[in-house]
Amino acid sequence: MPSIKMTVNGKNVSGEVEGRTLLVQFIRENLSLTGTHVGCDTSQCGACTVHVNGRAVKSCSILAANADGSDIVTIEGLADGDTLHPMQEAFRQHHALQCGFCTPGMVMSAIGIVNDNPNPSELEIREALEGNICRCTGYHNIVLAIEAAAKEMQA
Amino acid sequence: MYDFEYKRATTSTDATDLYSESEDPRFLAGGMTLIPVLKQRLDQPTDLIDLADISDLKGISLEGANIVIKAMTTHHAVSDSEIILDKIPALAHLASTIGDQMVRNRGTIGGSLANSDPAASYPSAVLSLNATVKTDKREIAADDFFTGMFDTALDDGELIVAVSFPIPEKAGYMHFPNPASRYPIVGSFVSKSANIVRVAITGAGPCAYRIPEFETALSSNFAPEAIKDIKISDDGLNSDIHASAEYRAHLINVMTRRAISK
Repeated sequence: MPSIKMTVNGKNVSGEVEGRTLLVQFIRENLSLTGTHVGCDTSQCGACTVHVNGRAVKSCSILAANADGSDIVTIEGLADGDTLHPMQEAFRQHHALQCGFCTPGMVMSAIGIVNDNPNPSELEIREALEGNICRCTGYHNIVLAIEAAAKEMQA
Repeated sequence: MYDFEYKRATTSTDATDLYSESEDPRFLAGGMTLIPVLKQRLDQPTDLIDLADISDLKGISLEGANIVIKAMTTHHAVSDSEIILDKIPALAHLASTIGDQMVRNRGTIGGSLANSDPAASYPSAVLSLNATVKTDKREIAADDFFTGMFDTALDDGELIVAVSFPIPEKAGYMHFPNPASRYPIVGSFVSKSANIVRVAITGAGPCAYRIPEFETALSSNFAPEAIKDIKISDDGLNSDIHASAEYRAHLINVMTRRAISK
């Protein structure tokens, strides 16, 4: 069994995993960080999105062993104490969620979108969100939140 | 997912050595196809050989009149590369249309080519631009590389190390994406270098292929009107719930005209 080490939300973690253990399983089951969700489990919905070395990836589509040595950030790693990350705060302000299941992945993807394109247009946001599915179809407020957060993150 | 032995290669030689020592191995590049395939139990390798640590398999460089993209370079890196945006913008555009943000951050050009999915985007660029696929053993011309559905000229255990793209005078790519998966239902890559025009299609047939009728017509007049009246046969084209063979045949002409206009 591969033994792995990585940084998750700034903390060093390690563990023994099977070769087939997915990164999302390691995050949820070994580290008990259950904010990262498994939606479709077929790489389509984006609910499991985390950042690996600063890039948004679907943690259901990579192996935990594959992420050995990486720097991982999950939804739990965004807020600074009681102060929400600007993207989380914008989602709250704009009511960018209904059931909330897709939200952790949406927020992690949204930060990836703004990191790559600090001033995205509405159309660019809609296109860049194609890897995240909201079954409540609440995209409108999600797009508004990302537009607002982009402005806040530039400030 | 069935369990397997996970092995991490440190160099290309280490990867091919590990491969030959294993019973029924697969190379793991970005894993954006392979991991979902394993999760669905459509494949059951004994060993996965992870190429992630091999630093000499990553990078983009300008070598004379060619752009060389190493096999483990991600789609995002290609779409964002200054050199490619400058020299072959159509290739950067193509990379920016693959999958979604998260897939582009992991998926690699080598993985895409080795898999030869009938609807993958990259094969059309490799074929149209007359690229050369460099492996650990030899160089394979684009025209010889794609041999069928999920099938290539690669031998068992042969590792793609880089792809070399001659810089064209002009090139364009356009695809009609499946509304759900975003894979091209039909994609067309058109390139012109001196008087040679090459048109390569993905999504329509078992693997990427060229359309000689379009190439001849476009060689004398590189304009959408030159091919407007050329009818493409639907013989042997893919047909599924998303698009019939007849519709794909129609899209080949439309997408090619749009690729030229781009």
